[in-house]
Amino acid sequence: MKKSMLKNGLLLAIFAFFCTALVALVNQQTFDKIKEQQQLELQRVLHQIIPATLHDNELVKHCILIHNEEVLGVDTPLPSYIASMKGIPVAIAIETVAPDGYSGNIKLIIGISANGEVLGVRTLSHAETPGLGDKIELRKSDWVLSFNGMALLSDNDARWNVKKDGGEIDQFTGATITPRAYVKAIKRALAYVNANKAQLLTRPANCEVNYQ
Amino acid sequence: MNEYKQIALQGLWKNNPGLVQLLGLCPLLAVTATLTNALGLGLATMAVLIGSNILVSLVKTFVPKEIRIPIFVMIIAALVTCVQLLVNAYAYGLYQSLGIFLPLIVTNCVIIGRAEAFASRNSVLKSAFDGFMMGLGFLLVLAILGASREILSQGTLFEGADLLLGDWASVLTIQLWQLDTSFLLAMLPPGAFIGMGFLIAFKNVIDKKLAEHTPEPDVPEVTRARITKVS
Repeated sequence: MKKSMLKNGLLLAIFAFFCTALVALVNQQTFDKIKEQQQLELQRVLHQIIPATLHDNELVKHCILIHNEEVLGVDTPLPSYIASMKGIPVAIAIETVAPDGYSGNIKLIIGISANGEVLGVRTLSHAETPGLGDKIELRKSDWVLSFNGMALLSDNDARWNVKKDGGEIDQFTGATITPRAYVKAIKRALAYVNANKAQLLTRPANCEVNYQ
Repeated sequence: MNEYKQIALQGLWKNNPGLVQLLGLCPLLAVTATLTNALGLGLATMAVLIGSNILVSLVKTFVPKEIRIPIFVMIIAALVTCVQLLVNAYAYGLYQSLGIFLPLIVTNCVIIGRAEAFASRNSVLKSAFDGFMMGLGFLLVLAILGASREILSQGTLFEGADLLLGDWASVLTIQLWQLDTSFLLAMLPPGAFIGMGFLIAFKNVIDKKLAEHTPEPDVPEVTRARITKVS
């Protein structure tokens, strides 16, 4: 009895060792490639929301962390990227979260120029209903493009609401909660950037890019 | 009948993991919204199935009966993690669109089922072939379901093929017709359930037709029927 337990235990340990070794090996082989893929994805998104003609620095390299639950919707620091032309900051790409979506957090990134204008918005991740709420993805609908060029004129700029609430943003058929949450998140980020522009744009890069 | 032919027939038709064993329903219903996703998950499952069948068959002689299940689970979990890392590295777009269902292959009962029922009793070559055929059977069901749901819900076929096969593949996307609003039922899991029901029903109809065409060598019954007819 005791002998068989010892033997089986040892055998299990040997198998666990080899399985872990296999995973470790594959992990080591793919680690750089995965990192590279994430970087590429990040660059691709950043490139979309801040046009390359506006800046001459590498956005991914100039990254700052913002930790502000009221604005960003989550209690963890999120990265933002500063674009500059000949050393002068011209725009910021701010990552934020709409915590009040229809199903869970919607992660988005907003490109905002130094004069407070929206350059572009993209959804990074979400779990909204396919076919209804997922029109926040560019590959499903060009709804996110409707924010381009908009600015927040005052803190309670009424245009920053879905049409149902008297604003200027289209809601989608069958989904109001998603666009409402989305608009609110952008509005919050805009107000925050407007109020802290000088401090944000001049902050030195201080985060290792760890893109999830 | 040749043994390999028998294995192939089992995996593809008679004992199809999707249509007959009804294993792995969760990923089957969740990711078949588009053909691309269905193919991606199908291929990943197939890879894991072949790998796990081979490994289980290799170690079957020195694994005692009492601890075989934890060992099989370890092997499968390790393989799934490897596949996940590889997909993450080499098909990042697909990795994003499959999401949680890639690591969840680990819970697909087809895999442990084949390890236990087939690979732990047969030679390496046969086990590998069984894994391939079972995987292919599962892949085909996923692909048929994915294609029909995609056509019904969005009017496209192979949307996002570039995520799976690289940028050149975006030419594979076919727009069959333009829909103003997508057909939601086909897109959501209930639609998958209904589609699955139709597939199973269709298979049963074919099986029945086949059975009718091959008359059973049940001679006595035929004679008895003839007697009743005469009287």
